[in-house]
Amino acid sequence: MAERLLDVEHLQVTFATEDGMVRAVDDVSFTLDRGEVVAIVGESGSGKSVTVMTLMGLTRSPNSRFGGTARLGGDRDLIAASEEQLEGIRGQEIAMIFQDPISSLSPVHRIGDQIVEQIRAHEKISKAAALDRTVDLMERVGIPRARDRARAYPHEFSGGMRQRAMIAMALSLSPSVLIADEPTTALDVTIQAQILQEVAQLSKESNSGVIFVTHDLGVVADIADRVLVMYAGRVVEQGTLDEIFYDPQHPYTWGLLGSVTRMDREPPRRLPAIPGQPPSLVNTPQGCHFRPRCPHAFDRCTEVPPLEARVQDAPDHLDRCWLSVEEKRARRLVDGRIGLATGSVTA
Amino acid sequence: MARFVVRRGISMIALLFATSVVVFAFFELIPSYNPARAIAGRNANATTVAEVSRKFGFDKPIYTQYANTMKLIFTGQVIDYQDDLNVVDQFKQRFPVTLSLVIPAGIFWLVAAILLGSLSAIRAGRIADRAVMVAAILGVSIPVFLLAALLLYLFAYKLPWFPNTGYVTFAQSPTQWAYHLILPWFSIAVLSIGFYSRVLRSNLLDMVNQDFVRTAKAKGLSQRRVFTRHVLRNSLMPIITMFGLDFATLLGGAALVTETVFNLPGVGQYEASAIGNLDVPPILVGAMFTAFFVVIFGALADVLYALLDPRIRLTG
Amino acid sequence: MALDPLRSRRREPDALAEPADAARGTDTEVIREETVKDPWTEGRHTAAIGPWRLALRRLRRNRVALAFLGLFVLLVVICLLAPFYAKHIAHIGPNTNNITGTVNVGGQQKDIVAPDGVPIGPTFTSRYFFGADENGRDLAVRLLYGGRTSLLIGAVATAIIIIFGTLVGLLTGYFRGVVDAILRPFMELIWSFPPVILGVVVGTALALGGLGPIKGNSILIPAFIIGVIYIPYLGKPIRGEVLRLREQDFVDAARVQGMGPWRIMLSEILPNTASTIVVFVPMMLAYAILLEAYLSFLGAGVQPPNSSWGTLISDGITYIQTTPSFALIPGAMLVLTVLSINVVGDGIRDALDPRSQVRIKV
Repeated sequence: MAERLLDVEHLQVTFATEDGMVRAVDDVSFTLDRGEVVAIVGESGSGKSVTVMTLMGLTRSPNSRFGGTARLGGDRDLIAASEEQLEGIRGQEIAMIFQDPISSLSPVHRIGDQIVEQIRAHEKISKAAALDRTVDLMERVGIPRARDRARAYPHEFSGGMRQRAMIAMALSLSPSVLIADEPTTALDVTIQAQILQEVAQLSKESNSGVIFVTHDLGVVADIADRVLVMYAGRVVEQGTLDEIFYDPQHPYTWGLLGSVTRMDREPPRRLPAIPGQPPSLVNTPQGCHFRPRCPHAFDRCTEVPPLEARVQDAPDHLDRCWLSVEEKRARRLVDGRIGLATGSVTA
Repeated sequence: MARFVVRRGISMIALLFATSVVVFAFFELIPSYNPARAIAGRNANATTVAEVSRKFGFDKPIYTQYANTMKLIFTGQVIDYQDDLNVVDQFKQRFPVTLSLVIPAGIFWLVAAILLGSLSAIRAGRIADRAVMVAAILGVSIPVFLLAALLLYLFAYKLPWFPNTGYVTFAQSPTQWAYHLILPWFSIAVLSIGFYSRVLRSNLLDMVNQDFVRTAKAKGLSQRRVFTRHVLRNSLMPIITMFGLDFATLLGGAALVTETVFNLPGVGQYEASAIGNLDVPPILVGAMFTAFFVVIFGALADVLYALLDPRIRLTG
Repeated sequence: MALDPLRSRRREPDALAEPADAARGTDTEVIREETVKDPWTEGRHTAAIGPWRLALRRLRRNRVALAFLGLFVLLVVICLLAPFYAKHIAHIGPNTNNITGTVNVGGQQKDIVAPDGVPIGPTFTSRYFFGADENGRDLAVRLLYGGRTSLLIGAVATAIIIIFGTLVGLLTGYFRGVVDAILRPFMELIWSFPPVILGVVVGTALALGGLGPIKGNSILIPAFIIGVIYIPYLGKPIRGEVLRLREQDFVDAARVQGMGPWRIMLSEILPNTASTIVVFVPMMLAYAILLEAYLSFLGAGVQPPNSSWGTLISDGITYIQTTPSFALIPGAMLVLTVLSINVVGDGIRDALDPRSQVRIKV
């Protein structure tokens, strides 16, 4: 069995806002093993970014409250850790690639210096040695003429090159956990694939575990081993890639799958979308959060369905939906494909 | 860089010219303004006034008067009307006093504002932040002359810790120099400390939420390093531009209130008395003096800005 | 999005996010909507309330700002009661000299102005409550009348700044080109000089000669000077905002609809600069009152026989060693007034949060 890197149990994140308490993350549990890629999928506002940023302690503020545990390497709890302990962990053991490479790099420091700064924050080595390593890293992520380019400022880099620099920075200390928060969202479609491949390949090389956050199920299919689907702060379904793609149990997952356009199939006449919008987290619906948008909702849905295994012989395939597995399998087919039936949506 | 210097040089000439023309023309437009009568004195008769007017060239057309005055200024021969003193010499003599007042005060307010603004932002919403912000808003609400009067009352009369007025040159005695200037430094600095620390605090709080600051934290840098190298570094830019302009105008005589209250013989005090007497030559020289520093320090601020932020290029 | 942000029903949530909010920069952006419990709408975003009402709601929660607003109103009312105080309590006008008179203090008759010319200090009785000046005038009466003058000058100057600053900003920002080329050099020239120096030079000159039909000692002259000096301080930020706004899609949309430049300026651009203007009103009022004090202190503002807080401090400073209250009482009135305006202004700015860089000096 592979080494367990991260064990998140019952993670809760609550923010105090002007209009009341916002439960951004509600009882999220998952694990990450060495060499594994776990994808967290959801719309904006689903709590996926908050989940991963909380693991790095980046959501700490006087207005936030946390619950649950997140154990790194089996012992250290990232939620309870002091700021000083976290400083030693961040960048060294857990590294993060952010969504927007344009704003995520300091505009007034040279790219190379920003990577050197991270290396020297954790290792006592000379500037020159750190710079050599930086240049190596930059070459490894595919930045040409790295020795010269290390002296450039972020505004002199293209978006794709900046994201490569971010990846080089994240990998600079060979972290055991790599978190990629929508790393390709801000990039051109042509570059997205390259960046994805690089993240996947480099993490396999260094044998680290990757948490991949995205709103795009299509991206997940290429690289993920396991998938968590989040909706309005809760995990609504989790399982292996095959389980999620070929036997999805939650209507929200059907909707997500239904809205993925696929090259190998005939394009649909209308691009399917999930009707309605994600709920306000201040005023969350009673029971299942997806209920107001769900065409299959029935009276039991006003109770919160527990996240549990419902499919036979699939103990790790969990979901939060009251429908029976047979009903689900019947109802998720729209025109012969998986999707969310339109019409008959309440409200 | 050469282009930058040339363009700033041109803009300096333009501003000096515009300033001198506007100031000169302004006084000509006032119907009751008659420098000849002022020079001749209160009891002079019409012939004396006419004589003075001819002697000083006040009967010539305005552009000739302007040209003559400019010539006198740039050859260093212009004299004021009230005391027949050489204006350029007065500025030369008095400038060291103004420098003694303004440079330490400037350093003091900049350092204090950065420290207090940072403290306030780091402890945002807590007691230290509230205290600093109350002091800052009080600082921008109190006029310099009132603060100076209050300081004099408290620390020169009630508690005789400091001398009430007077100036001792640095060469005579550095300690006496500082001793006589502490209250003036403080009263000049308070307004700017209040203003700058408020601006800096709001810049810092905006900057803290920037993505690159989150990246810096995610790199595992210490809180101190995140703050100094990333947050503060990027928040100081607007402060620099403000400082350049404020410092320039103070050198040019904007310290006139402080210099008057504390009786410091600087350029501001001279300008204040010249303004009271509508003595045009010192006013004119003072305005051009200020314009000169405004351009110089504006350019210096831009150079510093470009050094601190690689995205900015120096243009004219 | 070709929608006028102030008119659209739903605002970008980010536009109202506060820096202190933990949720900022994360993807929990669906906050700040009004909560309505209704079985059919639960979990959905209810219609966002307008930005002005939201700002008002925030301002009402800001107790410090409200307290200082109360203080400011109180100070204004006290100053407006000056004629009442003069007539019924002090029994003397603000400009009535009384060099040879005496006043009863604790059963003793005392000279209002001593033979050596030193005026009496505070008596804390109805007559000469705060003492007298060298002309034997009642300082308490002059303090209230002076406050009226200071506030009036501040108000007139602020009106000038707001009207003309907005106009200049709109015109130079929208038309650029020729209008900009004509108006901008004047703005830059005014902006390059410290307001105190500029104000004192112009004030001294105009006090001597008057301005057209206005006499040299009219309080309208300092009001006018202060107003003109601060026009660029509003004009510049408004111009910047207009330059930004005119490039936005909703302005293009208005242009495509065939709206003329004036209508676009008034109905599309002006409403979007409104929050900046609102923030500037208290700020300019505070700065105008302060600048009046500076000018009067240097003899270039309010002219005799009128008084203002500035002239009273200026007169009182001579006696700072013996009777500090002469300078410190009008000083306290001035500081309290400016402070309360500043605190209220901060409250308004925080409530609106337009994130504009504001730069003013005295």
